[in-house]
Amino acid sequence: MDNSKTHRSVVVKSLFGVVVMFMFAIFVLPPLYDLFCEITGIGGKTGGAYTATEITVDTSREVEVQFVATNNATMPWDFYPVEHKVIVHPGESKEIIFYAKNRTGKDMVGQAIPNVLPNNAADYFLKTECFCFNNQPLAAGEEADLAVVFIIDPDLPASVNTVTLSYTIFDITDRVPMQVSQAQ
Amino acid sequence: MSKRARALFLGLLSPAILSLVAGGASAKDAAWNLNMPRGVTEVSQAAYDIHMIMIWVCTVIGVLVFGFMFYIMFAHRKSRGVTAANFHENLTVEILWTIVPALILIVMAVPATTALLKVYDTENPDIDIKVTGYQWKWQYEYIGEGVKFMSELRTSQDEQYGRAPKGEHYLREVTQPLVIPANKKVRFLITGNDVIHSWWVPDFAVKRDAIPGLFTAAWAKTDQPGVYVGACTELCGKDHSRMPVVVEVKEEAEYYAWLAGKKEEAVIYQSTIGKEWTNDELMAKGEAVYAVSCAGCHQSAGQGIPGVFPALVGSSIVTGPVEGHIGILINGVAGSAMQSFADQLSEVDIAAVIHYKRNSWGNDMGDIVQPVDVLNYKQNQ
Amino acid sequence: MAHGPSENFFNRWLFSTNHKDIGTLYLWFSFSMFLLGGAFAMVIRAELFQPGMQLIKPEFFNQMTTMHGLVMVFGAIMPAFVGLANWMIPMMIGAPDMALPRMNNLSFWILPFAFAILVSTLFMEGGGPNFGWTFYAPLSTTYAPDTVNYFIFGVHIMGASSIMGSINIIATVMNMRAPGMTYMKMPLFVWTWVITAFLLVAVMPVLAGAVTMMLMDINFGTSFFDAAGGGDPVLFQHVFWFFGHPEVYIIILPAFGVVSQIIPTFSRKPLFGYSSMVYATASIAFLSFIVWAHHMFTVGMPIAGELYFMYATMLIAVPTGVKVFNWVTTMYKGALTFETPMLFSIAFVILFTFGGFTGMMLSIAAADTQYHDTYFVVAHFHYVMVAGAVFSGTAAVYYWLPKWCGRMYDETMGKLQFWIAFIAFNITFMPQHFLGLAGMPRRYSDYGLQFADWNMVSSIGAFMYGGAQLLFLYNVIRTIGWGKPISDPKVWEGAEGLEWTLPTPAPFHTFSTPPVLK
Repeated sequence: MDNSKTHRSVVVKSLFGVVVMFMFAIFVLPPLYDLFCEITGIGGKTGGAYTATEITVDTSREVEVQFVATNNATMPWDFYPVEHKVIVHPGESKEIIFYAKNRTGKDMVGQAIPNVLPNNAADYFLKTECFCFNNQPLAAGEEADLAVVFIIDPDLPASVNTVTLSYTIFDITDRVPMQVSQAQ
Repeated sequence: MSKRARALFLGLLSPAILSLVAGGASAKDAAWNLNMPRGVTEVSQAAYDIHMIMIWVCTVIGVLVFGFMFYIMFAHRKSRGVTAANFHENLTVEILWTIVPALILIVMAVPATTALLKVYDTENPDIDIKVTGYQWKWQYEYIGEGVKFMSELRTSQDEQYGRAPKGEHYLREVTQPLVIPANKKVRFLITGNDVIHSWWVPDFAVKRDAIPGLFTAAWAKTDQPGVYVGACTELCGKDHSRMPVVVEVKEEAEYYAWLAGKKEEAVIYQSTIGKEWTNDELMAKGEAVYAVSCAGCHQSAGQGIPGVFPALVGSSIVTGPVEGHIGILINGVAGSAMQSFADQLSEVDIAAVIHYKRNSWGNDMGDIVQPVDVLNYKQNQ
Repeated sequence: MAHGPSENFFNRWLFSTNHKDIGTLYLWFSFSMFLLGGAFAMVIRAELFQPGMQLIKPEFFNQMTTMHGLVMVFGAIMPAFVGLANWMIPMMIGAPDMALPRMNNLSFWILPFAFAILVSTLFMEGGGPNFGWTFYAPLSTTYAPDTVNYFIFGVHIMGASSIMGSINIIATVMNMRAPGMTYMKMPLFVWTWVITAFLLVAVMPVLAGAVTMMLMDINFGTSFFDAAGGGDPVLFQHVFWFFGHPEVYIIILPAFGVVSQIIPTFSRKPLFGYSSMVYATASIAFLSFIVWAHHMFTVGMPIAGELYFMYATMLIAVPTGVKVFNWVTTMYKGALTFETPMLFSIAFVILFTFGGFTGMMLSIAAADTQYHDTYFVVAHFHYVMVAGAVFSGTAAVYYWLPKWCGRMYDETMGKLQFWIAFIAFNITFMPQHFLGLAGMPRRYSDYGLQFADWNMVSSIGAFMYGGAQLLFLYNVIRTIGWGKPISDPKVWEGAEGLEWTLPTPAPFHTFSTPPVLK
């Protein structure tokens, strides 16, 4: 009798423990996955903003950086890079501009998602500023020059001479709860 | 060996034998084709070579194992009066037939690895082309050249639904093929516009998924001019089998001439955008555009598919104000399969197809939409 | 004292807690699903008989290919082998029933419910699921028809059924073996099912996770698979195939077990290399967890990843080869007879190995750029799943049917069914290798003229193969109703094992007291 009561309470406690463990996992795993992607660069995901520390420019090496822009389905903005490529030295900070214009008659919010090719270059493409860090509200008819400031890490593997940074811009107007503010 | 066993044996082997003989024929000649094409690039040749090595290795192993089995089925059958032995384990033999296959695999891994390294060698291209998969067509953009166009299936609905005889290039013809130069390393940057597609050219052994939100890369370099046909290889909806890939490789000089011609076209187009088109011109052009870009969903007489694609006959948009109609084509309808065509069709094409729809199948609006109206709409929304 | 089943029809079948009756329910359910999935295949092959759209619309074609895959994998093959497990495992280990008989009942009865919902979507507005049985996002999320939610519900239920069934099998085998039956004395069919059950418990929840994330993306505004919100369509593929690859081994391992029972019987010789067979099965199961991305070779993975998955996949050939060699050596120097179960089993060994060869070709990532998502892959998996799992299941039915119902099938009819199925199968699927190599992708509702000839041949074979399955149905019904009665416990001269010590037909309750092992 006693035995089964203890047994039952063990079962209940274990099940409760399992539930708690899963709740914990639900909260902990998404940030862990993000961290994993950042560290490994898998999926071409670049890291978040990079805070520039002392970094020496490697003038002996040149890397061609290309820029590609594409619109996702039903995203009707004009969106293209002002220059389609630049040549930089690893370590050199460079700013380039993407032009965007909301051609429609209604206020919209866009989100640009970056991607770096080749995969093994993703870790070495450091963005100190990027319009992709935040969503982009543009009022009807409004246009904007969107900046990216980046540095190529001098440790970029020697086999890589061309890095392609591409952005896909999505329409997230319906997902953004707050009112679109008039642009600066 | 018994007659039956021998017949079975050869029956299983003959496709393998034939494929060795007939191997390497180009895809377009294939009626009873048995093997993959050798293709025209270093990568396609490497893929073909390792494919053939695997076929040989598997054939040899198959012949040994199945041959042994057929022998057993003949020699050790009860009806021959044999009595069964009783042995049922042998460690040596188990170790041998674990180690030997493992060694064979290690040997195979070497050419398999070198072939894959070739596939991934996208460095230092001469030309970059952005390939975007749409439902259900491709868009090609020559990066840095300002040349961009859609490549859609040209085969008519009539051919597809048996109302007209099928042409020789049935389902393998497009409005504008991708044109690349011979002897130059071309890199393809591939993405998807809506769902996942996949861009495949068998003669180049290029196949990479076109995934919305990210880019994949592939490359090709060939010294053989010609037309190479490929396909979309990821289920992407109802017309997955109706968005072929057609690549035309031209000699270098011809390619640059073609490219210059495309840029000229764009310039001329811009300067003539204000031209007034006549009703007949718009109807003719509109009918052609409709057949390629709209009939797939809205059907050849504008009747649509109830519950899936709206009918254009008597539709409130098509028989309503022109501006609303233009807006639908320019901006699409969010959350539906109706795409924004602003990036896909020129102002001339949009004006013509709008005009065609408003004046066909019993729709009798009598109004005229000019290309410059469409341009104004786009710029002044 | 042993008693028969309940007199009341509903009590007997709806509330059954008897492993034999539940096994029968699973088998009849799976066979009807097999015919339904086969009907979908007939529609597909009829449309593909010639180029052009003659019979159905492209949207419906996509529903047919999707439902064919879902019904066959989840409704036919998996429940069929669960049915065999239910019938045979308790008898093979000397147990009176499964460990959890009431859960056993639940595991079965939620299946017809789930499939009724799934199949009914074909009649709903917007049509049924049309995104392939692999349902990649965003085609299956943002661009899916409204019925996708029913699809997700159905998948959850099927998954629950499999998980409960697997728990039952593991509990039964761990706790209820007759005294003296150590693990290394169990029949191989039991071993393969125990290992399969562990695979199921490990990966079915992953599938449930994938469809739940889909559900969230579709209905609750999350972005697991949507790049716009920071998610990734490729994540779907990783999660799905982490389930999907072990799933195909879940399908084939019990089939290996069946063949390992049948070949020794008709060779009149014990299975060669019993321990190797067990270790090989376990190795295959372990390896199946670490190779999933070979289904994703064209997704743009970094080369290190692609090389790793290529090497790991190639490795699976080793334990699989070991099994094939052991079967062949079992036959070697035996005294072979070729009754219908043996014919299907030998055909299994040959044709599954052939499918294994094309699998090896597919593992070579560089060549896979030419094979991926083409008919070459379709041919490969039909060789291993139809000539593999289905032939093995058919062999099992012919082999054990006399024990189940006490009547013998007609040997001539059985052999006839075998030869028609064997020939028709090869006519259907051998040309599909050529189609894939020539450049025809899969899930295509229409094709260029250069693919017409082989497609016509394949379709003819498919119709023949469908006929062979109807003949199989006829054979089974005729046996159960009018077959020659048989009462020899052993049925087959070379049969060994506890199940062959029981009366024929097997009584409602068996091994109420555990047997003494010799």
